[in-house]
Amino acid sequence: MKQRLLRLCAAALLAHSGWASAGVLPDDRTDVMYHLYEGDGVQIDGPSLLVRKKVGKSVSVVSNYYVDMVSSASIDVVTTASPYTEERTQWSLGMDYLRGNTTMTANYTSSVESDFDATTYSFGVSQDMFGDLTTLSLSYSYGDDVVGRSDDPDFSRDNTRQQYGVGLTQIITRNLITSLNFETITDEGFLNNPYRSVRYADPNNPVGYSFEPELYPNTRTTNALGIRARYFLPWRAAIQGEYRGFTDTWGITSHTGSMTYVQPWKDWTFELTYRVHEQTGADFFQDLFSRAEATNFRARDKELSPLTSNTVKMMATYEFLTEGWSFIDRGSVTLSYDHLMIDYEEFRDLRSGAVVGEEPLFSLEANVIQLFFSFWY
Amino acid sequence: MRIQRILKVGATLALAASMTACGSIEPWVKPYERDRLADPIMFLDAHPVSTAYLYHVYEAREGARGGEGTAGGGCGCN
Repeated sequence: MKQRLLRLCAAALLAHSGWASAGVLPDDRTDVMYHLYEGDGVQIDGPSLLVRKKVGKSVSVVSNYYVDMVSSASIDVVTTASPYTEERTQWSLGMDYLRGNTTMTANYTSSVESDFDATTYSFGVSQDMFGDLTTLSLSYSYGDDVVGRSDDPDFSRDNTRQQYGVGLTQIITRNLITSLNFETITDEGFLNNPYRSVRYADPNNPVGYSFEPELYPNTRTTNALGIRARYFLPWRAAIQGEYRGFTDTWGITSHTGSMTYVQPWKDWTFELTYRVHEQTGADFFQDLFSRAEATNFRARDKELSPLTSNTVKMMATYEFLTEGWSFIDRGSVTLSYDHLMIDYEEFRDLRSGAVVGEEPLFSLEANVIQLFFSFWY
Repeated sequence: MRIQRILKVGATLALAASMTACGSIEPWVKPYERDRLADPIMFLDAHPVSTAYLYHVYEAREGARGGEGTAGGGCGCN
């Protein structure tokens, strides 16, 4: 009886597995990028190089080299510390393995700077189904960080991070594709920035306040749900809408939405995006604490403040070598410009010297420029 | 005996449902109708290097993360 049941179940599974056609590996390509972030006294720039190549018919290997060269005199730095320069170098190596309709991925990433090392191992599996109209993907990654201090060689703290993701990409019509992603990330360890401080009212200080080191909980779990849809317009253009909802165990809730319009013209492709992000603050964030050690946990990181962020993005891509050259099938060059405007609703600008607790709220504007060449072969 | 019967009926129903599904979930967008979806302007992530970089920028400047792809490790966030 059991054998008959097993045969019935096996027949049902086989019937399912026979539908879909074969999946595909990502295209062979190389991207060479220069990136620049500039705003609030911070400049971060550097190169990024990505190379992806198939090995045989079922394996694709990818590697990325990325550098951030940081020069910082941000509001946090000028009000509580000294300007500094820093360099972060990141390497990653990954592999995609295709078997039938299933793609398995593995990735290793290492990020090194003078006072922060991060290592991440990622694994994923995706399955094409229903005639390749549906792709279901699962992902897991494990991260291991070591936090140091540049002024204290004996200071060393650990973090671990685990990420669980599930995604669904669905073709709805011949003009519409959508995707849904859910991701949970858990952190455990030393999660605050070792250099940052919180401000508390101090009548004994002539300016009316003093600083003490911030102190975060040593665990955090975040949940994010992202939805996006891209639609092909009748005059050969595309429009994309995107939304992400987010919550975490620190009390932050956020909503992020964006709209993108894509218009090709001859060998050019132009993109225009508007993005808005709104978030509540962490439960333990305060711009001014009533006294020293006023609460168990305390933060004055502006990223944990309630805030609204608006971004306008413009991107232009020019395609060349469209007939191919040597082993290269085609190439493109892209220039992208993002303008970020962030208004903080509780984080105040202490540089004004106004009455304590009534300083103007801080706002930030930043420019992000990317210039990159892409080659397919 | 009763459990075996339930399992047998269940497995038969699952097989029947799957065969029915085979018929009803035939791809409603045929391969020859996917020319627009194959146009590069319809790629959800046409520039992976650029996308990863921007996620990193947003992660450093905002309190939210995840749900839209993965960003690299490290901080670089002052």
